[in-house]
Amino acid sequence: MIATLAFYLFATLTIASAVLVIFARNPVHSVLWLIVAFFNAAGLMLLLGAEFIAMLLVIVYVGAVAVLFLFIVMMLDIDFAALRSGFSKNLPFGILIALVLLAEMVLAAAAWKAGPVTEGAPVAASQPNIEAVGAALYGRYLFPFELAGLILLVAMIGAIVLTHRSRGDVRGQKISRQVDRDPKEAVRNLNPGVGEGMKL
Amino acid sequence: MIARTIKAFTLWEFVKAHVLTLKYFFKPKATINYPYEKVPQSPRFRGEHALRRYPNGEERCIACKLCEAICPAQAITIEAEPRADGSRRTTRYDIDMVKCIYCGLCAEACPVDAIVEGPNLEFATETREELLYDKAKLLANGDRWESAIAANLAADAAYR
Amino acid sequence: MTDFFVSHGMVYGWAWFLATIIGILVIALPLMLAVAMVIYAERKIWAAIALRRGPNVVGPWGLLQSFADGLKVFLKETIVPSSANKGLFLIAPIITFTVALIVWAVVPFDVGVVLTDINVGLLYILAASSLGVYGVIIAGWASNSKYPFFSALRAAAQMVSYEVSIGFVLICVVLYSGSFNLTDIVMKQQGNIGFGLLNGFGFNPLLFPMAVVFLISSMAETFRTPFDLVEAESELVAGHQTEYSSMSFALFWLGEYANVILMCALNAILFWGGFLPPLNIGFLYAVPGIIWLFAKMAFFFFVFGWVKATVPRYRYDQLMRLGWKIFLPLSLLFVVLISGWLMIKTQGLPV
Repeated sequence: MIATLAFYLFATLTIASAVLVIFARNPVHSVLWLIVAFFNAAGLMLLLGAEFIAMLLVIVYVGAVAVLFLFIVMMLDIDFAALRSGFSKNLPFGILIALVLLAEMVLAAAAWKAGPVTEGAPVAASQPNIEAVGAALYGRYLFPFELAGLILLVAMIGAIVLTHRSRGDVRGQKISRQVDRDPKEAVRNLNPGVGEGMKL
Repeated sequence: MIARTIKAFTLWEFVKAHVLTLKYFFKPKATINYPYEKVPQSPRFRGEHALRRYPNGEERCIACKLCEAICPAQAITIEAEPRADGSRRTTRYDIDMVKCIYCGLCAEACPVDAIVEGPNLEFATETREELLYDKAKLLANGDRWESAIAANLAADAAYR
Repeated sequence: MTDFFVSHGMVYGWAWFLATIIGILVIALPLMLAVAMVIYAERKIWAAIALRRGPNVVGPWGLLQSFADGLKVFLKETIVPSSANKGLFLIAPIITFTVALIVWAVVPFDVGVVLTDINVGLLYILAASSLGVYGVIIAGWASNSKYPFFSALRAAAQMVSYEVSIGFVLICVVLYSGSFNLTDIVMKQQGNIGFGLLNGFGFNPLLFPMAVVFLISSMAETFRTPFDLVEAESELVAGHQTEYSSMSFALFWLGEYANVILMCALNAILFWGGFLPPLNIGFLYAVPGIIWLFAKMAFFFFVFGWVKATVPRYRYDQLMRLGWKIFLPLSLLFVVLISGWLMIKTQGLPV
């Protein structure tokens, strides 16, 4: 009973907040609603008994990705008029994407109706699902998993290369050099004669 | 170089700093327990004002207005009339304690040691009006603090 | 406790509900009290290190100081700035406070003395503590004022940076204990090193550096002094709390200190044997585990206050440098070292 109730609660809240992501006028509110949606999705995962995935969803998406989202959106200076002016121009493209998404959803629903994919042994209910996920990732799907890791690494390096610029004219603080200074070497006692000055 | 790396990774400087602060943790306190303990005060301390009296109860102030004249903050207001027995006395002696800068020039100027700055420093009030002292308040201060003021003046007399 | 209510003729669902509510109250109320006392203790620690006396007027030895402060804050007027985003402005302190409380659900005080003994306890803590930053961000943004806003941006960046190294440190612990369950993690530390004499991963030379990294990161995570850039008063007035007053301000404080206590508990649980005595000797087990845990928490709390009284605040770029250029590579290195060591220990050298 409680589980059913919780399911409907999480599901309604997910959908409602997802709708509000689109309709919120303030982009910051949109992101906050997105976070609520993530959160409720994590709740749904919990109900499915996938507590590992649920926690990861919260840690990765809510804890890190959405924070950076919010970070960026808060700093944006958005001109709503300019945003709206592109509406009619982008409408066909938007509709196309919506149609693709709808088709995918219908397909997914149809596939689900058709019954589960029965390849591979079903996971024993007693097994903690961290172990199950680990066994699947590092056993059967080792190669795709490593490949995904490699792609992410390449993307990461690419992003760093694209955004990193080393400016030669900046005199930054080099902490190691500061710490390295020895008082004995840093100060020299010189005694120049009158009118001679000294070379530094 | 190697020594420095080891120092950096063992957080040596932090450890040293924390040992130092831990030593201070057990040291006796530098502050006093103020309302219950007080620091010694110089006899020249310039605190709350007071108008003094002679031992026979006659007020010292002769309304010469030297204090009013010398007050750099113009905090003192004096009005005077001859009293029934013909002696010259103040009818009004106000000090605006908000204006006062506690320079002590009034006490220096006074020829009869009537206006003095006593040792009291705890006269905070809740309203501003309470800091506009009149003659009655000043005389009351004098009566209350007379023994301390007299002792301070006696202690300082040798240096004047 | 559920069984107790069931045995008194209750339906299981209701018995569970009631037992959980009672469990929550048993944890949350003493926690609030602890926060009050901890603030007092901390002020005394700082005062002692600065050769001052600290609060000593309200109540015997000033013990009631925090309650007096609480009362003062409670009686003040709640001010919502007219240009603030009202709803979010009021939600922010509630988020901070709630998040600080929900994490306690999985903290084991002794074997079996825990509100919910879930399998993914450590992940739950990581997830819930990563939510804490939203209180700060939302407060900073909704205040519609520049200093809180700067504070929000700093909080976001700082939290994400240090969460990464915390994550790796936790992975080390999980690798060593083979479980995400906090009670299991503690029990795995029993006699884990020193010929079975010492309880605690922290005594393990491989894990000790991680214990230090975790201690420092947990200070950064709770925005404590060397890393309190979020409310650096000389630059940002009071950071995200600038526009807050009355109870909403008090909620921030309660949440902040509940988080600090939680971090002390986590340090004790993950690295120093939690509710186990530090030495694996029989008679030490006569002392209840909860006392050991509280003693360790008190020690770590002292360390927190001690550090706050000793180390000056980091500059922002130094903070980021420490997080990304030192802690991240270091903890990554230790993940590799530890997993390698465990591999050798269980499977032998790959010859």
